[in-house]
Amino acid sequence: MTEWAWLLPALPAVAAALGLVGWRLVPGGPAVVAIVGSAGALVVAVALVVAVEGDPARVHESARAWTPIGGIGLNVGTRVDGLAAVVAVMVCVVALLVQVYSTAYMAGDPRYSTYAAEISLFTSAMLLVVVASDLFELLIGWEVMGLCSYLLVGHYWQTEGARAAAVKAFVTTRIGDTGFLFGIFVLGVGAGSFDVSAVTAGAGSMPHTTVVAGALLLLCGVVGKSAQFPLHVWLPDAMAGPTPVSALIHAATMVAAGIYVVARLYPVFLAAPVALTVLGIIACITMLGAALAAFAEDDLKRVLAWSTVSQLAYMAAGLAVGGWTASVWHLLTHAAFKALLFLAAGSVLRTVGTNLMSEMGGLWRRMPLTFGTALVGAGALAGIPPFAGAFSKDGILAAAREHGGGLGTSVYVVGLVTVFVTAAYVTRLVLRTFLGSYRGHARLHEAPLVMTGPLVLLAGFAVLLGAPVLPSSYGVRSWFGVPAGSEPLHVGIGGVLLTSAVALLAVGLLAWQHRRQPATDPIDALGRAALPLRRAFWVDEAYSAVLIRPVHALAAAVVEIDRRGLDATVVGTGRTASLAGGGLRLLQNGNVQAYLSALVIGVLIVVISVSVAVAA
Amino acid sequence: MTGADVVFALLGVVCLAAAVLVVTSPNVIHAALWLVVCFGALAGCYLVLTAEFVAWVQVLIYIGAIVVLMLFGAMLTRAPIGPQPAGGAGGLDSGNRPLAALAGLATTGVLGTLVISAFRGAYVDIHHTAVGDGRVIGAAVFRFFVLPFEIASVLLLAALVGAIVLTRREVSDAEQADRA
Amino acid sequence: MHLSLAVGLSALLFGTGVYGVLARRNAVAVLMAVELMLNAANLDLVAFDAWFKDNLHGGQVFALFVVVVAAAEVGVGLAIVLAVFRLRDTVAVDALTQLADRDPPARADTVASDSAP
Repeated sequence: MTEWAWLLPALPAVAAALGLVGWRLVPGGPAVVAIVGSAGALVVAVALVVAVEGDPARVHESARAWTPIGGIGLNVGTRVDGLAAVVAVMVCVVALLVQVYSTAYMAGDPRYSTYAAEISLFTSAMLLVVVASDLFELLIGWEVMGLCSYLLVGHYWQTEGARAAAVKAFVTTRIGDTGFLFGIFVLGVGAGSFDVSAVTAGAGSMPHTTVVAGALLLLCGVVGKSAQFPLHVWLPDAMAGPTPVSALIHAATMVAAGIYVVARLYPVFLAAPVALTVLGIIACITMLGAALAAFAEDDLKRVLAWSTVSQLAYMAAGLAVGGWTASVWHLLTHAAFKALLFLAAGSVLRTVGTNLMSEMGGLWRRMPLTFGTALVGAGALAGIPPFAGAFSKDGILAAAREHGGGLGTSVYVVGLVTVFVTAAYVTRLVLRTFLGSYRGHARLHEAPLVMTGPLVLLAGFAVLLGAPVLPSSYGVRSWFGVPAGSEPLHVGIGGVLLTSAVALLAVGLLAWQHRRQPATDPIDALGRAALPLRRAFWVDEAYSAVLIRPVHALAAAVVEIDRRGLDATVVGTGRTASLAGGGLRLLQNGNVQAYLSALVIGVLIVVISVSVAVAA
Repeated sequence: MTGADVVFALLGVVCLAAAVLVVTSPNVIHAALWLVVCFGALAGCYLVLTAEFVAWVQVLIYIGAIVVLMLFGAMLTRAPIGPQPAGGAGGLDSGNRPLAALAGLATTGVLGTLVISAFRGAYVDIHHTAVGDGRVIGAAVFRFFVLPFEIASVLLLAALVGAIVLTRREVSDAEQADRA
Repeated sequence: MHLSLAVGLSALLFGTGVYGVLARRNAVAVLMAVELMLNAANLDLVAFDAWFKDNLHGGQVFALFVVVVAAAEVGVGLAIVLAVFRLRDTVAVDALTQLADRDPPARADTVASDSAP
C-alpha cells in the first residue's frame, strides 16, 4: 500500500490544476473538483495509516533517482511511517472540512474557483512535505506552501492591508527559508545524500559542527514557517486572508510544518543539543509573549493568531525537551481545536460583519451551535479536561519536568504560566464574543449547515483526540512510533489536575471580573500595564526602527544618488547634445539662398585649397 | 592691340555694366530692360568672335523671347513696379547681400585668376577663320550634331508640357459640370 | 584679338550672376541672374571655338544648345514661380522657409488631437 503514497500529493495537485483551468468541464464546478481532490487524498491517507498501523516505527520508502547534483544524487519518492501517515490524515481532514466550509463561506466570491484551486495546491504541497523522502522534495513542498500562503493571504488584494500582509508573510518566511536551504546543503553534504533516512541515520556519525550548523540553519526555516520569535510578526497580519484559509494554513497545517520537520529530522536535532536548547529558549519567549499579546488583542482573528503562535511554541518547547510524542500529539490536537476555533470565528464574522470583539457579545442566543462548538475548542485550547488539548499540553509539561535541568525547568515554569494566560485570554474571548449583551448592529443568525457541519466534526475530534490517554499512554505511542532518544509519553493524573487547576483559576478570575463589571473588557482592568501587551511588546516597531526605516532611507539615498548623479549625467549629456544641435539648427533657417551661399563658398574654399596645395 | 580688341573691350564694358545693373537695380522691370542691353552687347561680342549665327540667335531668342517671358513673369507675379528702397523689407535684394557679394567676388577671383593665368598669351586669329554663319552652323548641326539636336527638341517639348502642367489652374468638378 | 579679354569678361559675368542669384529676393530677378551665368558659359564656348578654329564649330553649336536649354529652363522656372505665387501669394525667396528646422508641435496638442474622437 505504501508504494501508492505518491497519490497523496498527486490527487490535490490534479484537483488544483483542474480547478485552475478546467473546472468548467466538471459538473458542479470548482467546489466539486476541490472537495473530490481532498476526499481522495483523505482516503489514501487513511489507507496509509491502516497499512503502517502494525509497526508504526518502521519506515516504508519507495524512491527513485531523479538527477545527480554535484556527485550527490537527488531522489524523488515517498517515505511513510506512522508519523507521516497520521499527520497526512490530519492535513486531509482539515483540508476537506475547510473546502466544504468554504463553499458556503466564500459563496458569491468572484474568485472562488481560484481560491479553491489554491487551497488544493496548498494541500498538495503540505502532503508533499509530509511524505517527502528527499530533503529537496521537502523543500519544494515547503516553498509552494509559502507561495500559496502568499496568494491566499492576498486573496482580497483590493485592500491595502491584505496586500501588505501577503508581502510581509512571504518576505518574513523567506528570510527563514534561506537558512533552511543552507541547512539542507550542510546536512546533505555532511551525510553524502539528501535522503531523509540517510540524513537522520548519518546524523550521529557526522562531525559535531556540521550537525550543529545544519540543525541551527534548519531552525531558521522552522522559526520562520512556524512563526516563532523573532520571525513571528507575519502571522497576526496574515489574518487579512479569508478565515477558512487561516484555519487551514495559519493554524492547522503550514505553521505546523516547521514543527513537523523538526519531528521528522529529530535524530539530527538530538545530535545537536545546542540547537534544541536554542529552540527551547525561542519557544519559551514566544509562548508567553504571544499569549500575553493575545490577551490584549481586540481583533477576534488576531487573538486566535497569537494563540497559534503560542501553541506552536508549546510544540517547539516539547521537542526541545525531548517530548517528541507529546509535541506531535499536541500538533494533532491543536490542528483540530484551532481549526475549529477559526471556523467558528469565520461563522461569527460572517454574521456580525466585523473582526472586533468590542462590537460582538451575546451571540450565544442566536448562534447556539457555533457557540457550543467554540466552547469545546476553547476548552481544548485552555487545557481543561476532558478536551484533547489538556492532555497533550500536559504531556509536554510532563516531558519538561522529566527532562529537568535549566532548560526543562524553564520550559515547565513558563509553560505553566502560559497555561494560566492562555486560559485567561480564552475566557476573555468567549466572554467578549458570546456572552454578555450584543454591542453591534447586525442581524444575527446561525450559519448554514455546510458551515456548522465541519464545526461539529472538528469539535468531535477535539474531544476524541484526548481519548488515547485514558487507559494508558499506549494508544498514542502505537500510532507514531517514537524515535530513539525521546522521552516516552507520561500523562499522569496529577499533572493534568495541576494544569487544569491553573487554567480554571484563570477562568474563575475572569468570570468573577465579568460578573462585577459585565461591560468592561478584562484587558482594561490591567490599566497602564496593558500597553506593552496591546503593542505586542513593540516587536513590529523594533523591526521598523532597526530594519525597515534604515532600508527605506538607504533606498531613498540610492534613488537620490541615481537621480542627482547618474541621471543627471545622462540628462546632461542629452542637454549638451541638444544645445549643440540647437546651435547647428540656427543654420537650418529655411532660406535657400543661405544654403546656396554656403555651398558656393564651400566649393570655392575647396578649389582654392586644392590650387594652393597643387601650386605649393 | 587691334581694332577687334578695342571693339570687344568696349562691348564688354557695356555688357558688364548692364549685367551689374541687372543684379543691383531696385526695380525688376528695369533689371529686365538692362538684361536686354547686356544680351545685346554680348551679341556684339559674338559677332567680333565671328559667331554670326549665334549672335542672331542670341538676339532673337534671348532678347526676343526670354526677356519678354521674364517681363510677363514679373507682371503676373505682381512684382512691384517702380523704384524700391534698396535692402528694405519690400526691396528687391534680400538680407543675404554681404554673403552674396563675398561669394560673387570670390568666384570672379578664382575664375579670373584661372583663365587669365591659363590663356595669358593666347591669341584668336579672327581673320583666318571660317565665319560661323547660317550655312556653316547649319551644316555642322545637321551633319554632326543631329542626335543632340533631336534630343533638344524633346527637351523643349517636355519643358512645354511641364510649364503648362505647372501653371494650369486646377478646375474643380463643380466648375467642370457647369461648363458641360 | 586676345583670348583673355573674352574669358575675363566671361568670368566677370559669371561672378555677377552668382552675386545676383544669392542676393536677389524676387524669384524672377534670380532667374535673370541665372541667365547671366549661362551667357558667361556661352561666351566661353564661342571664344574657344574661334580660338581652336574648330572645323565642326562644336563650340558655337553647343552655345546654341545652351540657348535652347536656357529657354526651356526659363519656361519651367517661370511656371514654378507662378505656381508658388499662386500658392503663397509671394515670390520672395527668403519668405519661402518651409525647409527650416522647427520645433515639433507641442506634445499636449498631439495628445489632445489623439484623444479627440
